[in-house]
Amino acid sequence: MITTIRTWWSQLPNAARITLVAVLVVLFPFVIDIAESAIRSAGGNWALLTQVNRALIYVVLALGLNIVVGFAGMLDLGYAAFFAIGAYAFGILTYPSHGIQMSFFLALWVCAAIASFFGIVVGSPTLRLRGDYLAIVTLAFGEIIPTVVRNLDDLTNGSQGLTPLGKPSFGLFEGLFGLEPGALNVGVDPHFWFYVITLLVALVLFCTLRLDNSRIGRAWKAIREDQTAADFMGVDPIRAKLSAFAIGASFSGLAGVVFASMLGAIFPDLFRFQVSIFLLIIVVFSGLGSVWGVLIGGLIISLFDGLFLAQILNQVLPSGSENLRWVFFGVGLIFFMIFRPQGLFPRKVKGRVLTEEEALAANAAASATAKGGD
Amino acid sequence: MENVLEAKGVSKAFGGLIAVNTLDYSLAKQSINSIIGPNGAGKTTFFNVITGYYKPTTGYVRFLGQEISGMVPNKLTRIGIARTFQTIRLFNNLTALENVLVGMHHRLKSNWFTDIAKPAWVRNEERRAAEEASQLLAFVGLKGYEEVLARSMSYGLQRRLEIARAMATMPKLLLLDEPTAGMNPNETQDMIGLIRRLRDDRGQTILLIEHDMQVVMNISDKVTVLDYGQKIAEGLPKEIQRDERVIEAYLGKRALEVLKRGN
Repeated sequence: MITTIRTWWSQLPNAARITLVAVLVVLFPFVIDIAESAIRSAGGNWALLTQVNRALIYVVLALGLNIVVGFAGMLDLGYAAFFAIGAYAFGILTYPSHGIQMSFFLALWVCAAIASFFGIVVGSPTLRLRGDYLAIVTLAFGEIIPTVVRNLDDLTNGSQGLTPLGKPSFGLFEGLFGLEPGALNVGVDPHFWFYVITLLVALVLFCTLRLDNSRIGRAWKAIREDQTAADFMGVDPIRAKLSAFAIGASFSGLAGVVFASMLGAIFPDLFRFQVSIFLLIIVVFSGLGSVWGVLIGGLIISLFDGLFLAQILNQVLPSGSENLRWVFFGVGLIFFMIFRPQGLFPRKVKGRVLTEEEALAANAAASATAKGGD
Repeated sequence: MENVLEAKGVSKAFGGLIAVNTLDYSLAKQSINSIIGPNGAGKTTFFNVITGYYKPTTGYVRFLGQEISGMVPNKLTRIGIARTFQTIRLFNNLTALENVLVGMHHRLKSNWFTDIAKPAWVRNEERRAAEEASQLLAFVGLKGYEEVLARSMSYGLQRRLEIARAMATMPKLLLLDEPTAGMNPNETQDMIGLIRRLRDDRGQTILLIEHDMQVVMNISDKVTVLDYGQKIAEGLPKEIQRDERVIEAYLGKRALEVLKRGN
């Protein structure tokens, strides 16, 4: 079944594939609507599309973390800090009483740039560290950012958080079609956000796939395999790691903006240490370095967390058992490390393994060339 | 002949231990040079000083007229010194082709942005790099193994791949750290042929650290013998083989006497 679909898909021309995916994406929220009304008539209230949107934001984050951890092999335990920086940069730039009120579409890029700037600032002194030491420093950074946010009352309103925040506005279109200003109030509609976030996922996915197979991608993987050897082959490890850190941070910043604008409110608690760990779990469960794996795994794990663990399990178990989900993920992580360390959808290793016959033939051929040159 | 590398009065001390003691050394262009010596003679320390890894306590090392002490490895590679490792250090989960392409990293112009945007010139650059990498693989006898994972190769093939990767950096000086260590006689013979072709076909200047005397005497244009951090002999392989101080350093005084009596 899967192989038939795969061969059929591989035979499709590119334009047909894109159209097919686009149509499926456009129709998807309406399918979800039908499912949701069915659930509601059965007495449940799941806000399915919002859960999907949340899962897709986690996919964007996980793809960014995958560049840092999966491609470049740096253990980053504070990745949520850049998510927070993106979200709070957006908050500060659009919170009405701050008086800046930047447009969503401009703020999106500005905040991604701010997040990646912070990536460089934090990275330049710390990326000289390797392995566990880097993990400790990033862990601390992930703890520091929410604390800073909590204490920068003037800018961030402390632990009360910022609300309301800027929503995308389409003044130009409204003017064009002779509508009242603000008539296209789509910023509260999960359908609209679904399309925005899907576009974001597509953008990030495109960038990641291109980087995977490029000069800088090779340098990242070389460092992951053997940093000293990479250094001796002319790759500046600090620069290469810094670029991985900055690009990862910019993805996180983009996700932060969309997250903040979609919710319309942000609090320091939304960016706790657990978020970093949850993202790391997604990347490890899905398969380190596997781009498509992280896309699919991110969706499955976030939906599993948002629907099953947070909603269904809560109705079965006594209240206050929310934190059990961390027990669940902890046990799951140990289980995976023992039985399937390569993850659910492991990176398809490029290239092939030499067979014994080939190895023998290669050695013989090599001898022949060597002797021919004498 | 023009010298690629010049070292003058180089010493390196670790606390009270003088590992290298006022050494002069030079490397002529397009030649194969070996450094030998008993264990603890200071070969590795001298090698590390020459490669800029250690800063000499006294003296200096110039590469093409440029002072190189204390340069970081990737800078050294960019100015033209490449090396292989005593214990093979390939990028195991990358293919042979990718390994060689990493060696070209500093010669390619694309940055992260053009890596994403992939304009025509980046595509061309990638294509040309892959072609050049394939040629290098063919040169070391790995034609057709572009897509094979480095970790799945035999020891002898991995050694060849390491040389191809180092050559991809376009070095003016290639350092080979025990290239035949752990090889069987056949593989060793192949490696000797390859090293010769690097000099003759590609004009490569080569510095070799090697324990296998058969290899050293077979291919070297110049052999330098170290003992207790000092240069005790230098010259053509034939001269070294007859040098009494060398025999003494390797086999001890008694052996020297026995040998003399035998003659």
